Amino acid sequence: MARGVTISRKSVNTIAAGVLGLLMFFPVLWIVILSFKTEGDAIKAPLEILFGTGWTTESYGTVQARSDYFKHFSNSLIISLGSTFLGLLIAVPAAWSMAFVPAKRTKDVLMWMLSTKMLPPVGVLVPIYLIFRDLGILDTRSGLVIVLMLINLPIIIWMLYTYFREIPGEILEAARMDGATLREEVVHVLIPMAIPGMASTVLLNIILAWNEAFWTLNLTAAKAAPLTAFIASYSSPEGLFYAKLSAASVMAIAPILMMGWFSQKQLVRGLTFGAVK
Amino acid sequence: MKKSLMTLNRGLIGASALVSVAATAALAEEITIATVNNSDMIIMQELSSQWEAATGNTVEWVVLEENVLRQRVTTDIATDGGSFDIITIGAYEAPIWGGQDWLVGLEDLGADYDYDDIFEPVRNGLSANGTLYAVPFYAESSFTFYRTDLFADAGITVPGAQMTYDDFAAIVAKLHDPDNGVFGTCQRGKAGWGENMAFVGPLVNAFGGKWFDLDWNPTIDSPEWKAALTYYVDLMNNYGPPGATANGHNENRALFADGKCATWVDATSAAGYIFNPDQSSVHDVTGFFQAPKQVTDKGTGWFWAWALAIPKSSQKVDAAKAFLAWSTSKEYVELVGETKGWVAAPPGTRKSTYANPAYSEAAPFAATVLNSILAANPADATRDPVPYTGVQFVAIPEFQGIGNYVGQQVSAALAGQQSVDQALANSQQFAVREMTKAGYIK
Repeated sequence: MARGVTISRKSVNTIAAGVLGLLMFFPVLWIVILSFKTEGDAIKAPLEILFGTGWTTESYGTVQARSDYFKHFSNSLIISLGSTFLGLLIAVPAAWSMAFVPAKRTKDVLMWMLSTKMLPPVGVLVPIYLIFRDLGILDTRSGLVIVLMLINLPIIIWMLYTYFREIPGEILEAARMDGATLREEVVHVLIPMAIPGMASTVLLNIILAWNEAFWTLNLTAAKAAPLTAFIASYSSPEGLFYAKLSAASVMAIAPILMMGWFSQKQLVRGLTFGAVK
Repeated sequence: MKKSLMTLNRGLIGASALVSVAATAALAEEITIATVNNSDMIIMQELSSQWEAATGNTVEWVVLEENVLRQRVTTDIATDGGSFDIITIGAYEAPIWGGQDWLVGLEDLGADYDYDDIFEPVRNGLSANGTLYAVPFYAESSFTFYRTDLFADAGITVPGAQMTYDDFAAIVAKLHDPDNGVFGTCQRGKAGWGENMAFVGPLVNAFGGKWFDLDWNPTIDSPEWKAALTYYVDLMNNYGPPGATANGHNENRALFADGKCATWVDATSAAGYIFNPDQSSVHDVTGFFQAPKQVTDKGTGWFWAWALAIPKSSQKVDAAKAFLAWSTSKEYVELVGETKGWVAAPPGTRKSTYANPAYSEAAPFAATVLNSILAANPADATRDPVPYTGVQFVAIPEFQGIGNYVGQQVSAALAGQQSVDQALANSQQFAVREMTKAGYIK
């Protein structure tokens, strides 16, 4: 029997959720507010910033004049999309084999892949830097596509593996009995059924690649630098750059925030796929 | 005949134009410069278009926060990566990296460069084994900023000679008025060898302390360190702003410029900001005097320089040298003075800057800054003899890790999370371990 929920309990829950949401969103909101202030106003007391100072778009103009936003933006776009789709090309067959034709050690392999995420990146910085130097792919977008794909590959495989396991193997078996080749089975049967899960995997990995700041800062100089390097160029222990740093941050997170906003339905659907049986 | 001659002529002109374009393309280089984000470097970035127009070369900028830049550049230079043609480094890295043979020697920037115009301590601080490995962009020492109006109201006169830290504390106590939003003193509390230790290092020197004895044994648990650190913690807890452990150079500069601090011992390079009426509310009521001494006056003002260097891995050394010869020249200082105002001219590097009446007029702090920089002697910064050079740092690769750790311990002591004794004991233990690991202690 379903338990009745009183209006007052609903109100309390709604208010609590609203407060929690505001708390989580507040840092982003504060960055947006500071980005519309002058440097002098941006360091004043919070209440004075909100009510005692004017609004200006000066910082956005300065940032655009000093740094080539669109170059960084296009680098971020290419790197995050490229690494995600390259990752999918490898992860779909890998997840398929692990989900539908598991071997004795499949679970161990999955755990091993996940364990590579536990290694601090700085531990492998020098070897990877040397490999990139020798291959001549330092400060190139293709180099970053490869490294970010490798970094996110365990997550892509794990997510796809989880989604694929929810799909009954009998359906694939039926397709095979009807004469479908392996490629046809994956492309025409498996992928259409796993679309919500694959969409959320793609979205999550684009977000992870977009926000990745260690490798994108350490393996680039001027040519392949994405938006993470764009933001980093406004951080300084000597000099006041709060307003400009905020403007640069807003410009860097706006595209991914909008993407998240428009695709939140797919993202939530995919992330909760198979959570309730 | 005439037609064929004309055709030949056109052909020759076309060919020579092509050759000329090809020659220009071959000569024109694109150099990549890694630098920090501060106002002097931003001006250089803006003005570099003039150098590009004059030479046909182009510049790609990689601007990063100081610590990120240090990590990024260190990785590249140690692995011979070749990502950068010019790097911005400090007085700490220049002699170490030069000594490692990671940098190109810069003794041949041309007859017009006038090396003798660069102050000798600055040149020495950027050299290793007698070779100059980085050319200074600007240099700084530390001195005391104070509020002339508050001193006058309290009847305090600034002594002509260097005051002691005891006298300084007595003055700070008189001026401390938190009810009216003025704290007696603002000093760095944020952990880091380039943050709180930049103040604590010279303070320890003034109290007669040192980082290492002549056999490279750490001496952080000495009575001198204890006296200095006790003084610092008491001073800040009694007369500093709340939450001082979050305050670095930037935060204190903003507090001072906003009229919240009566005194502040920090970088001379901040004077341009504090005296700028557009940025500072105390620009007309600020004075300055030497950083205080205590049992000795040695090493009481720090020395730092931001400099430009060329990594050995650069493939465009000639173009990079041409840029350095332009951006650190006398002519560049004049260009900044004329286009951005003389108060914004890069300080502390060239004698000609200080001989220029336009600079002295625009920058009332010029003479004091110059005296502080010339008085800072990294080769003789402690009361007792030591095996290292450096005022607020020790010019060895291991110092960065040790300095950061000690900075964290000092910050924890300031926050009241541990006692001064505990902070010093932890720091000593860490330093001994690191120096043993590095082979200094057998």
